[in-house]
Amino acid sequence: MLSIKNLKASVEEKEILKGLNLEVKPGEIHAIMGPNGSGKSTLASVLTGKENYEVTAGEVLFEGKDLLELSPEDRAREGIFLAFQYPVEIPGVSNINFLKTALNEIRAYRKQPPIEAKEFLRLLKEKQKLLEFDTTLANRSLNEGFSGGEKKRNEIFQLAMLEPKLAILDETDSGLDIDALRIVSRGVNKLRSSKNAFIIITHYQRLLDYIVPDYVHVLYNGQIVKSGTKELALELEEKGYDWLKEDAQETTLKPSFQ
Amino acid sequence: MDNTITQISNSLYSQCIADYELRSSSKDTAEPAELSALREKAFQQFKKTGFPSTKVEDWKYTNLTPFLKEEFITEQESDLVAVEESLVEKAMVPGLDSYRVVVVNGVYRPDLSDNIPHEGVYLFPLSAAIGRPAFKKHFGQYTDISRNHFAAVNTALFRDGLFLEIKNNTVLGKPLQVVHLTAADDHTFLQPRHLIVVGTSAAATIIESYVTVDNEASVFINHVSEIVVGENAQLQHYYIQTGNEKARYIHHTEVYQLASSVYNNYKASFPGTSLLRNNLNVALDGENVESHLYGLYLSGGHQLVDNHTIVDHRKPHCQSNELYKGVMKDEATGVFNGKIFVRKDAQKTNAFQQNNNLMLGKKAVIDSKPQLEIFADDVKCSHGSTVGQFNQEAMFYLKSRGIGDEKARALLIHAFAYDVTEKIPIPEVQAHINQLIEEGLKS
Ligand SMILES: Nc1ncnc2c1ncn2[C@@H]1O[C@H](COP(=O)(O)OP(=O)(O)OP(=O)(O)O)[C@@H](O)[C@H]1O
Ligand SMILES: [Mg+2]
Repeated sequence: MLSIKNLKASVEEKEILKGLNLEVKPGEIHAIMGPNGSGKSTLASVLTGKENYEVTAGEVLFEGKDLLELSPEDRAREGIFLAFQYPVEIPGVSNINFLKTALNEIRAYRKQPPIEAKEFLRLLKEKQKLLEFDTTLANRSLNEGFSGGEKKRNEIFQLAMLEPKLAILDETDSGLDIDALRIVSRGVNKLRSSKNAFIIITHYQRLLDYIVPDYVHVLYNGQIVKSGTKELALELEEKGYDWLKEDAQETTLKPSFQ
Repeated sequence: MDNTITQISNSLYSQCIADYELRSSSKDTAEPAELSALREKAFQQFKKTGFPSTKVEDWKYTNLTPFLKEEFITEQESDLVAVEESLVEKAMVPGLDSYRVVVVNGVYRPDLSDNIPHEGVYLFPLSAAIGRPAFKKHFGQYTDISRNHFAAVNTALFRDGLFLEIKNNTVLGKPLQVVHLTAADDHTFLQPRHLIVVGTSAAATIIESYVTVDNEASVFINHVSEIVVGENAQLQHYYIQTGNEKARYIHHTEVYQLASSVYNNYKASFPGTSLLRNNLNVALDGENVESHLYGLYLSGGHQLVDNHTIVDHRKPHCQSNELYKGVMKDEATGVFNGKIFVRKDAQKTNAFQQNNNLMLGKKAVIDSKPQLEIFADDVKCSHGSTVGQFNQEAMFYLKSRGIGDEKARALLIHAFAYDVTEKIPIPEVQAHINQLIEEGLKS
């Protein structure tokens, strides 16, 4: 589904991703962990096409298509979704109107007619229930005045509404209380299928108890320095990142010694 | 004739002078002496100052020269202009139960208007209301012709317009929708004059829409409206300004409020009209007065949209709140000049003013000048002005959900305008304005 090869990207002349490789297949859940500033959100930004991120090398294929060629909106229409680490507030745009517009833009791209009002309402209700998302929040302006946790829940509510093929969750767990974490995780597990995939960026093992990943990767200094199964997350929880940092330095230093 | 456009508008200037002289020599105007005296005073003023050049502070950013260069006629054809019903219908707020009033080239047209079977509501052509007590008491009393060149020439030469009186304690159940339609075959200079008097404890909603018929001829319309809001009265007043490139508007509105009254003005203008200059002056001349001024200008093409407002706090315990938002497309030019005066007597005043502009066109320009002059010491006042572009974070957020550039922009523009549109208390009017924004963005 997603194939990232030797991806290098920089912001304002500063290289952040330094040759990153990742393969994601349908049905899989990948967790990406790693210290602050290692490039996790940058990866998410590059995948979704945020401007100011310049790709200097490598390729990204999404279902065989060159993802980097596509505009941000077309990437979304192809089925990529990012639950932002810091969702923006947009006063004056109603949540509902926004969702309907997004849904219809995606449908138009797929040559489907606009969704019928009744069907849209049904979908809203269903997903609201799935994520126990407050109706009053759904009716408000997009994220305006939402608490940190409410914003994160709104991201997952949008995910549920838009049903993407590949969802990237950037620290969705931070800011969620324990009950919300459980509800959101349950929602994600229900949305999970053999056809879609998730990339879950997190700092904490706790989320991975609820959403069990197939793979865990460690992103450090712009590269994936270690991959493993869910046990790796437990190991990281215990040992932190220092042992990997040393490893990584060794691997990068090695060539110059030879 | 310093500070005057001399060469180019000479012809219109001379014509106005000639019109006046002709008018006063033919003694068949049976106007009361007071009115004749007022006209004479206004005429002398206009004769001295003419049309304002950019050397006049209030016209610094609005150069009238290109808008006055045609040979305008000032006489209207005496025959009633035929009007297509569909044009009037189009200007009406869809689905709103209201009384319809149609004014064509500044002339009230009962044949096209609803009869208003409401006790305490008097609607006449202004020319037929000259003998009424309300006219005698209020006409020309509030507009400062020494500072307003166009109000002066209008006062000297107006022929007709609307007179509306809402008697004490009368509550108008339905909004009054006034459609001002302009249609001319030759370049025409029109000077309609209106007077609205809302009596003590009366309440009304007036929605005024401005439309032009698509003709080749240019029309320059110099409107003056005087509005009196009596004690404890409430007036909700809307201006919906549309028109084509052939239309140029100077629109002077003078509002005079007495104690405990409420005056709310909602003004929205759209691309088309090549010149739009609005003067909206509100005098809060009693205690516990409340005034809200909401403006939205969506400007496009080479349009010049100039909003001048004066909020004059004369008495204590009053509140005013002004919010003007501009969306500037293409090569449009915008001017916002908002003055707030808080006079020495006006203690415990709350006065707020804000002007925000969203610049869409790289060549669009805005001059925003909020001014605050406070002579009282116990007041709460604030003002501010911003000029900005699209929030790129918000733009990316919308796109990341599959929303294309055009739709994303439209959503953000509606969101920007929302601070004003949400204040509109009538849902039908709100929907109508949103529809006009939609159309305005496409044009
Ligand atoms: N627009 C930008 N301008 C300058 N530097 C940037 C920009 N965006 C990211 N960076 C830098 O790139 C590096 C990686 O940032 P990124 O946000 O990807 O880290 P992260 O792994 O998501 O960290 P965290 O765990 O704290 O969320 C950081 O050093 C950050 O300061
Ligand atoms: Mg991050």
